[in-house]
Formats: sequence, structure tokens, C-alpha cells
Amino acid sequence: MRAVRYFAGAVLVFAALACVFTSFIAPADYATQFREAPSAAPSRHHLLGTDDLGRDSFSRLLYGTRVSLLLAPAAALISTLLAALVGGIAGYVGGVTRKVAMAVTDLFLSMPWLFLLIIVRAMLPLNVSPGTSVAVTFLLLGLLGWAASARVVAAEVQAIRGSDFMLQAKASGISSWRLLARHIPPNLRPVLFAQFWISIPVFILSEANLGILGLGVAEPLPSWGSLLRELESFVSFGDQPWRFVPLLLLILVVSSFQVFLSREEVQA
Amino acid sequence: MWVSRLARHLAAMIAVIVLGGLLAATMVRLAPGFDVDESQLDPRLSPETVAAMKAEKAGQRNIAHFYARFLGRALRGDLGESQTLKQPVRQLITERLPATARLAGAGLLAAWILAFGMAVTAAMTRSRSLDLTTTVLSGAFLCVPAAVLGLLTIIARSPAFLAIACVIFPKLFRYCRNLLTDSYEKPHVIMARAKGLSGTRVLVWHVLPACARPMFALAGVSVSLALGACIPVEALCGIPGIGQLAWQAAIGRDLPLLVTLTVLVTVITLAANSSSDMASQALRAEGR
Repeated sequence: MRAVRYFAGAVLVFAALACVFTSFIAPADYATQFREAPSAAPSRHHLLGTDDLGRDSFSRLLYGTRVSLLLAPAAALISTLLAALVGGIAGYVGGVTRKVAMAVTDLFLSMPWLFLLIIVRAMLPLNVSPGTSVAVTFLLLGLLGWAASARVVAAEVQAIRGSDFMLQAKASGISSWRLLARHIPPNLRPVLFAQFWISIPVFILSEANLGILGLGVAEPLPSWGSLLRELESFVSFGDQPWRFVPLLLLILVVSSFQVFLSREEVQA
Repeated sequence: MWVSRLARHLAAMIAVIVLGGLLAATMVRLAPGFDVDESQLDPRLSPETVAAMKAEKAGQRNIAHFYARFLGRALRGDLGESQTLKQPVRQLITERLPATARLAGAGLLAAWILAFGMAVTAAMTRSRSLDLTTTVLSGAFLCVPAAVLGLLTIIARSPAFLAIACVIFPKLFRYCRNLLTDSYEKPHVIMARAKGLSGTRVLVWHVLPACARPMFALAGVSVSLALGACIPVEALCGIPGIGQLAWQAAIGRDLPLLVTLTVLVTVITLAANSSSDMASQALRAEGR
């Protein structure tokens, strides 16, 4: 199992390095069209061929990886912070506040995640600049994906609040604010880290789903979702198999996150 | 006692459903460009027609007013008319619900058979190679977006319910396997095995009863998972169901349809979860 973890770690490090050095590695810009070679097969000039518009698929894959891999953790950070805020207040204050916060959480959880995401994404303008569409897509993921984590955080904060060391701290005359600021966060950190790691692959997959349905990152900026959308025009598995590379990379990276995830869950 | 509990449960459900609908209506109303309609720019339309279209939209500007009217009509069975498909919402839902029920039902059945069968086999045999194979298989499906699975079923010319099954299977399998593995490690099961009871008898009489309650809870959750997976699968595979309708409504910002679908999906999800909760509670009461 340790070897698998090392391999998963290597994959994630490799992907992260590819994201950082995309501009140096990519042979062309993601929007540059090679009009003389549309839908070309892999060659020395185009490692993964070109798409229907003659854009270099390898370059688009690298830029798409950067978009998906940099912004999914950002969205996970937003959702984890929101979960910490809502769950923390609900778990620490208790009473009616907890009931109201949990009712709102239940409302979010009562709808299938993808349904909620599609409805809310469609509420926002679809004809926006590529940069705005990236921000909108991942901001939405972050703002809507906090509910499940908030439940876990609320339960954990409630458990911490009732623990012996908190009772002793209260008996020593430490104020509620100081307890909330100094004593709860360090004990909550493992749970928050686990929730953060859990959210990343979920958000990567959600962005891919949105992209395939045409509700994700706008053209010409690539993301894994928009790259996978090209599979729509396929008629058989033998037809241009190199077009499956984005899917294989997605599976590899998400499964590497899953391997790390199991470790974080154990630690939490 | 149980009547008051049921009443409380129902009241909570209704509150969540009403709030869900209100949330959807509010989101659509506050969306940028809600009042703008491209068809109003059509030079062939007379000023009176444009004015009538604006008046129709104006009726939806006040969220509370729109939602109160929607609820009042819904209680009489009138769910309004779809703005994009120009058909009564009730008719649209009635026509499309069977397709989604068939797709989600077949997907759920296939996923449960596969997940439960593999989890039982892995837990009973305790074979490391089998455990590794099933874990890798479920892990691989867990890493593929539902929309891609839908596309792959089209490319492979296989039935669409398999995509739904592949979305639900890994989540069910992992949970079932963990439950069964935990149950097999319980002292009474170890004792039963030590006394020489057959594998099947241990499973049926000692392991499964211990797992039944969480399995019912999982059954409720799996309905929600199937509904969620229906959206990309139906949209991409061209299946005229509720999932495709939700996608079309979202793209077209169809307020009456979106609100109704949100309420419908919330009702189905809550009904599935409540049924599994009640079954679970009934089992606990029987156990006592």
C-alpha cells in the first residue's frame, strides 16, 4: 500500500509541476490554431494531435490541467472555510442557532448535488469571458459544496465543546471567544484537512460534468470538462484513441487524490 | 407516539420542500438578465405583443407573489406552463417521469446487485486478491464523471442504465463492504464461526441483520444519487426524462419548470430518505 501511496504522490507532484511550468512545456498556446492541420493524428509537432479547430491537443491538455487542478483546491478551500464557519457556529452555539443552521444544511443536502449545481450555474450568464466563466464555475462549486462538510464540522465542534479539557478551560474562567479562537481550531484541524482533501476530487469531477454539459469553463480556455466534451463526437473506441488521454489523466489524478484521501480520513 | 413522530416528520418534510421551491424561485429571479428576453427584440413583433410579454414577466418579478401564486395553483393541480417548451408543466412531468423512473430504477437495481454481490463475496471469502480487484474496480468508477459514463455507454452502444449503475455502484460497494467487514469482526459472529456454523448461515442469520439498518439508510441515499446521475446521462443520451427536462429548463431559465422540478426532486429525495428512515426505525423497534 505504501508503494501505491508513493506512486499517487508522484502523480500529484508531477501534475502540480506540469501546472506550474505549463507555459514552458506547452509547445503552443491553447488558442493557437494550426489551420493546415485540423483533427490531425499525433505527430512529432503535435504529440496528441489537434482538435477540430486545429488547436494542439497536448497544449490544451496542459492548460486544462492547470485550470482544473489549481482552481479545484481553491474551491475546496472556500467550501471548507464556509463549512468551518457554519458548522463551527452551529456546533459551538447550539440551541436554536444549531437547528436553523442544520435545517439550511439539510435543505442543501436534500437536493442531488449535480441538480443543484446545474440549476444555480444556469442562473448565471453563460455568454461570459473565459476568465469569468472559470471564476464563476469554481466559485459556485465552493459556495454550494459546503453542506456535507458543515454537518461533520458541527458534530466535531459539539464533541470538542463537551470534552473534559473544554470544561476545565471554562472552569478556569477563559472567555467563550478565547475558547472559540484558541482551543477549538487546533482540535478541528484534522477534520478540516480531511474535508478539504475530500472536496478536491469531488469538485474536479463536478467541473468535468458541468463542462461536458456546456455549463462549465467557456471556450477557448480549456478545462478537463471542456476537453472531455470532445468525446461527444466519437462513434467507437477505436476512433482516434489518443482523444481518451484527458479522460485517463483525469482518472489517474482523481484516483491519486482518493489514495491520499483514505490516509487523511484515517488521520482525521 | 409514532403518530406524533410521523406528523413531526411530515411537517419537517413539507417545510423543506416549500423552502426548496422558494430557494429555486429566488435564485431564478435574482439571476442576472432575468427580465431580458431575446424574443422581445424581434422586429416582427408588434408593440402590443412586446408589452404583453413584459407584463407576463412583470408578474414574476415579485418572488413572494410569484411563489404564493405558484403554491396556490399547485394545490389545485395547476403547475403552470413552461416558458421554453410552451406546454403545461404537469403534462411535461407526467410524460417524462416514467422514462426517468425506468432508467433510475434499472440503474439502481443493477448497482445494488453488483455492489452487494461483490461486497458479500469479498467479505465472505476474505481473499486479498479479490478485495484488491473489487477495490480497484470501484475506485476506477469513482474517478469517472457521470457525464463521461453516459458518453461511454453511447460509444459502446450499451443501455444507458449501465451508466447510472456505474455511478452508484462504487459508493454502494465501499459502504456495503465496510459494513459487512465490520459485522464479520463482531464477537458474536466470530463465536458463531468458531462453533462451526456454515458461511451462508452466518451471513444470513448473524451478519446481514446487523447491517440491515445502515443498508436501509444507504438505499434512501442511493435514490438521490441515481436522480443526480440521471441529469447528465439523460441529457447526453437523448432520453426524454426528468433529468433532460431539468437541463433544458436550466439552460432556458424556465422559472415555472425549474421551481416545479426543484420541488419534485426534493419530494422524491425526501420521500426516499424518510421511507428508509422509517424502515430502519421499524427494524430497531422489532429488535427491541
